[in-house]
Amino acid sequence: MTGFNGDVNAYLAQFDDIPGTRVYTARRARQGYHLNQFAMSLMKADNRAAFKADERTYLDGWKLTDAQKAAVLERDYNAMLDEGGNIYFLAKIFSTDGKSFQHAAASMTGMSQEDYAAMMLAGGRSPEGQRSIQAALSMNAEEALQAALDAGETK
Amino acid sequence: MARITAGITTSHIPAVGAAIDLGKTAEPYWQPIFQGYEWARQFERDEKPDVVILVYNDHASAFDMKFIPTFAIGCADEFQIADEGWGPRPVPTVVGHPDLAWHIAQSCILDEFDLTIINEMAVDHGLTVPLSLMFGQPEAWPVKVIPIAVNVVTYPPPSGNRCWQLGEAIARAVRSYEADLNVQIWGTGGMSHQLQGPRAGLINKAWDQHFLDRLTTDPQVLRHMPHIEYLREAGSEGIELVMWLIMRGALGDQVTELNRFYHVPASNTAVGHLVLRPAA
Repeated sequence: MTGFNGDVNAYLAQFDDIPGTRVYTARRARQGYHLNQFAMSLMKADNRAAFKADERTYLDGWKLTDAQKAAVLERDYNAMLDEGGNIYFLAKIFSTDGKSFQHAAASMTGMSQEDYAAMMLAGGRSPEGQRSIQAALSMNAEEALQAALDAGETK
Repeated sequence: MARITAGITTSHIPAVGAAIDLGKTAEPYWQPIFQGYEWARQFERDEKPDVVILVYNDHASAFDMKFIPTFAIGCADEFQIADEGWGPRPVPTVVGHPDLAWHIAQSCILDEFDLTIINEMAVDHGLTVPLSLMFGQPEAWPVKVIPIAVNVVTYPPPSGNRCWQLGEAIARAVRSYEADLNVQIWGTGGMSHQLQGPRAGLINKAWDQHFLDRLTTDPQVLRHMPHIEYLREAGSEGIELVMWLIMRGALGDQVTELNRFYHVPASNTAVGHLVLRPAA
């Protein structure tokens, strides 16, 4: 009923098959604990001011890895997710920057905010081809095979 | 005797709250969304519920990574509005119903549902946006609210079946409360949306509509839907929909769908809204 058959690792492994998605599992929660708690500290106005005044010094006050600090300084949200960040915590960072969720979401897709907003107005990103990495790979393999067969037939 | 007279589901999108707070509800982008809630606003004026049990999730506002309760119940006299980084929403303080909340907490724990009891907590857009959608901008909220906060942020969230069972336990607790109260239960969050990674912006209208159909007429299937299906089909934040099963479990097997509204998009998200009446 949860996709859980007594094996936590098998349950978790399912999530690695979703394209372009970092599920906030226990592994990421442990990896990103201090990154997320740093982000949470930006809920307070004084902390926001201190962070804005000198980001590097403020970050040095937290037990972050160099990779985590670099990701924050570069506002690379996909890298922050890879370093164990959770989007609701990371939201405190782009809110501190005065940026919207749509701005941050667009940045993670590699689209401009205008193009992303237009995609949403047109009904959003289709789930077709976006459900499973494995399924997409086997679909591509099938298509490649069919293309090869078609090419053979026309010779 | 207290009784649950209706169940309501709604998305709790923060941008919707901002549109209300900034007076943008008549703008072409937002107008269809608020129009879609007009039926429910009239319904609430007619029904005059005393208490709303409001199932929602906190978005790193009251809870950080230090404590992660799977199911928590707010038992305070009142709940302040969270500052989510740009100041608290300009909405009334949320007034609780501590007597019924403690009754539900005790009943559920004895019924083998070990809720976390919260006596002080700020509430964020997950709770206040549904109130704004249903009641507009009053001086004071016309209902008392019992927050039920569910962890759908750190994995694993609770199973759909467990959510359903919690709804059943809450309904039993409400029925055993002596005072004559008109109680509603709301399930919030969803529908399809993904806020993170290169797949952000995912929307799945067909799946959402099917979910709404099944929530009304075939909910037993949803109890056993694995988490992975929510993520694949409704996006990583679509997992919030498991919370709707707490509402649905509290209504019993048979319900009548009084109203439905579905709209894409509100910011990054598909809006879904149902008003359900449990069979007498």
